[in-house]
Amino acid sequence: MATTLADDLRPLHHPRSWLTKYVWSQDHKVIAIQYSVTAILIGVVALILSALMRLQLGFPGLFPSIQPDNYLQFVSMHGMIMVVYLLTALLLGGFGNYLIPLMVGARDMVFPFVNMLSYWLYLLSVIVLVAGFFVPGGPTGAGWTLYPPQAITEGTPGHQWGIATMLVSLAIFVAAFTMGGLNYVTTVLQARTKGMTLMRMPLSVWGIFTASIMGLLAFPALFVAAIMMLFDHFAGTSFFMPTMQSMGRITPTEGGSPLLFQHLFWFFGHPEVYIVALPAFGIVSDLISVHARRNIFGYRMMVWAIVIIGALSFVVWAHHMYVSGMNPYFGFFFATSTLIIAIPTAIKVYNWLLTLWRGNIHMRVPMLFAIAFIFTFIHGGLSGLFLGNVSVDVPLSDTFFVVAHFHMVMGVSPVLVIFGAIYHWYPKIFGRMWNETLGKLHFWITFLGVYAIFLPMHYLGILGVPRRYYALGETAFIPESVHLANEWITIAALIVFAAQGLFFFNMIWSLFRGPRADPNPWGAASLEWLTPQTPPAHGNWGPHLPVVYRWAYDYSVPGAARDFIPQTEPRA
Amino acid sequence: MSLFTRLAEKSWEPKSDRDLPPDRPSAGAVGLSAYVAVACVMFSLLVAAYVMRMGLHSAMGHMGSDWVPMPDPPLLWINSAVLVGSSIAWEVARRARAQGRAVRASIAGAALGLCFLIGQWMLWRHYQAAGYYLAANPANAFFYLLTALHGVHIMGGLGAAGWALIGGNIRHIRLCALYWHFLLVIWILLAGLLVST
Amino acid sequence: MPIAVAIALLVLGSVAFHLFSPWWRTPLASNWGSIDSALDVTLWICAAAFILLNLFMAWVLVRYRNRPGHKAHYEPENATLEKRLTFWTAIGIAGMLAPGLVAWGKYVSVPKEAAIVEAVGQQWQWSFRYPGPDGVLGAAAVKYISPDNVLGLDPLDPYGRDDLLVEAGDLHLPVGKPVKIVLRSKDVLHDFYVPEFRAKMDLVPGIVTYFWMTPTKAGTYDILCAELCGTGHHEMRGKVVVETPKAFAEWQAQQTSFSQILADMPQAAISIMLIKANACTISAPRSIR
Ligand code: HEM
Ligand SMILES: [Cu+2]
Ligand SMILES: [Cu+2]
Repeated sequence: MATTLADDLRPLHHPRSWLTKYVWSQDHKVIAIQYSVTAILIGVVALILSALMRLQLGFPGLFPSIQPDNYLQFVSMHGMIMVVYLLTALLLGGFGNYLIPLMVGARDMVFPFVNMLSYWLYLLSVIVLVAGFFVPGGPTGAGWTLYPPQAITEGTPGHQWGIATMLVSLAIFVAAFTMGGLNYVTTVLQARTKGMTLMRMPLSVWGIFTASIMGLLAFPALFVAAIMMLFDHFAGTSFFMPTMQSMGRITPTEGGSPLLFQHLFWFFGHPEVYIVALPAFGIVSDLISVHARRNIFGYRMMVWAIVIIGALSFVVWAHHMYVSGMNPYFGFFFATSTLIIAIPTAIKVYNWLLTLWRGNIHMRVPMLFAIAFIFTFIHGGLSGLFLGNVSVDVPLSDTFFVVAHFHMVMGVSPVLVIFGAIYHWYPKIFGRMWNETLGKLHFWITFLGVYAIFLPMHYLGILGVPRRYYALGETAFIPESVHLANEWITIAALIVFAAQGLFFFNMIWSLFRGPRADPNPWGAASLEWLTPQTPPAHGNWGPHLPVVYRWAYDYSVPGAARDFIPQTEPRA
Repeated sequence: MSLFTRLAEKSWEPKSDRDLPPDRPSAGAVGLSAYVAVACVMFSLLVAAYVMRMGLHSAMGHMGSDWVPMPDPPLLWINSAVLVGSSIAWEVARRARAQGRAVRASIAGAALGLCFLIGQWMLWRHYQAAGYYLAANPANAFFYLLTALHGVHIMGGLGAAGWALIGGNIRHIRLCALYWHFLLVIWILLAGLLVST
Repeated sequence: MPIAVAIALLVLGSVAFHLFSPWWRTPLASNWGSIDSALDVTLWICAAAFILLNLFMAWVLVRYRNRPGHKAHYEPENATLEKRLTFWTAIGIAGMLAPGLVAWGKYVSVPKEAAIVEAVGQQWQWSFRYPGPDGVLGAAAVKYISPDNVLGLDPLDPYGRDDLLVEAGDLHLPVGKPVKIVLRSKDVLHDFYVPEFRAKMDLVPGIVTYFWMTPTKAGTYDILCAELCGTGHHEMRGKVVVETPKAFAEWQAQQTSFSQILADMPQAAISIMLIKANACTISAPRSIR
């Protein structure tokens, strides 16, 4: 069954030397690994920063070298790295790159050269970001939201150079992402193999595809905002800068609007949450379905929900601005649109549960992470309803309730999926199996640990403890017990922090010592498990592209010989 | 087949087993349209910011010096005409059957594009000389920002044109032409905004 | 199995934590009980969903675990079930949105009889201004700020002359009287936040923001800043004293008005101030009633 699509005729760019094979590679799998490793390394930096913040919060004064300025710098860099440079890069640049061509049956991304460029620009953005730690004044401490005017005025750490490296780095990141995103979208639309209709794609691809489109449309807002703030900072324009008194002087700027920045930022920032969430949604659907040996329940609903969530998330941004001083009447609209998104989101949760229901659940490590994801995502999704519900948000906004909420929903949940996904696809990527015991240990400490960290934070927030506070000081309404809670949270955080060592050890050790993996160890039906070689070679499919005859979820079909039917198996 | 029927497919049913429509647009065309969407979003956001920032002064009680519109010098019109000419040349290239004609027309288009860039540069110099500095006023700041971003897109287009011409690939030349028309449309909208406010 | 037990225990543990942890809302000291009840409604609906969904999951994990002879059921979709679930979700969502929007409706409509008080933020302290006998706050803007005129009142605006200025002191409010708190920042973003009042709002340089409330309980409360405003964000504290109208009136009688401040200034300084103010009157901001 030789099939050729128009673009399949194009000769692949074949590497000639070690350098072009592993460094300047245009192979989507190598690029995926480059993206992932870079993202994880910078993510470790963010993790270390979180440990430092927790040390300050749990044991204020014990570390005199952590000053208020440092704390704010940690908060800002931690937040930005986690959201943009770790999660976005890993889920789209890493998993998107690896999975899309393999799952839709393509030989590579449609623009491999642009894909390579995307990675190198991403690396550049990371380098510029890290440079922020070494410039005079240190990195920015304006919070990951970078609100002007404080981001570029005296009184905020890093207002001179730190903010500049951050903005430049973000602008480069946006360029890198756009190159990658164009590739992901075009590959899905254009390079699917024969028989791979849109509705036969695994949900992972749907999630990544939709997230890529959203990223393409949302990141320009961040780009524009970053450029405009750079103008304000270096050229003295007043896009965002009003007349203000700074260090005893009245600034020459006039009339600029800080709210304009906030609108631009959240026009990017809210979709960004879903740019991180949708790939995780898709991937976790596949993990659940494979390890429960059951077709995904309500596949069409799942796809529609992804698309609807993606579309709606462009009309909810101002729910981050209920108390920002914008016209308060917007609150009615944005609260309603925000709560409407909860409906397709809830449907996704139901369908995950209904996929488990009547399944044949194998409790392997990836599945454990998927189950933990469902739990934390239900928790984080529900706490989001509080914050979306305008008036309920008023007392909670900018408190630890917000911190707890977004960590649960976009910190912990996607990270659990990422762990699950790494355990799940590792045998395909490297051709080795990891150690099950270590994997389980890593899972249990991480899952229980993060819940211990973030559950109490909700209650501190309801009490009224504000976020981004270096120290709580003498505050009448904060009882002594809060300090105790902070200590325990810090201890839990340090344990979770340490437990990640298990993961890294397991992954690196197994790379060399792990037993050889079966090409399809979980008995999965989707294409990426059906490559002729494991790990897949350059060009993925050998001489002939696969042909697809069915959807990716034919598990436990009545009457079938095995409990899964690969997508390439013709119908009888 | 409409998108909706496609999205309603019950892909698990045997009868869903059918071939894909054989002709898909080329990867380049899909990629280009996706990029056009990205650029559209970017410029629309800037226009929204422009309008919001412009309207703000009255709402905030700054009615005096805040927003002072810039005058429209004749050069603005000349540049626009050059860009239109450039687009026409590209259109000729796009319709050309023969390789040679297409290449010649696109070289003309690219050259006119370069002229546009130089013209824009002169426009900047003109405004600078007349005292319309970047930081003096938000209207000026937006003018420089918008023209700069548009100019960067033109430069990108020139780079792509050079690459297409070196490759001599007629399909790529056609895509370049489409991109060029898109930049013209953006420019007309931007110029309209700048002139009318 | 262990994961099913863990999920069930986490649900029980969360409920127990909710019931027994010492951390909950501070006692309400304003009229915003409607915000509290909207939160309660949201909480009950969400708690029900949390418990039901997770216990269902725990049960499923036990019931459908892999074991010899067990096989999964093949069922691509079940439209009726999905429709029903969507419907009930929508009901639940509407049930929590309604009280939320109603409370917001109140939050955005300031009662006519509300008194006006201004809170001014700067890195990193609070100041306050009362409209004085005429009940109108005089115009003010950052550009008028000088060492003698720290809150930036427009010296040419007659409405401003009787305004009472409380620089870096406590905010006093009479109990039981609705008050519109008008917010202005001299430098960066800040946020006026008193947990016991529930209400909060950002201060945005360049514009004037506001919210309203009625203090209902006498006492002294902390004012915190809830919008990151730089190094001293966590130390930007103030106090609000809610007291009987009588005590409030007595306190107010002791505050200095803007004209008193002007009276204490040397004549030369006043002239300079007026000349500067004249120079920027072309774009004079309006008084706030
Ligand atoms: C065990 C892991 C983590 C711990 C212990 C942790 C801890 C913290 C702490 C203490 C703060 C500052 C709270 C404050 O003072 O306002 C914070 C902020 C933040 N974290 Fe995490 N975090 C973790 C993982 C993550 C992950 C995975 C993400 C990915 C989304 C994330 C995203 C953020 C963001 C966006 C902020 C807000 C930054 C800001 O306020 O500007 N965190 N985290
Ligand atoms: Cu949001
Ligand atoms: Cu603050």
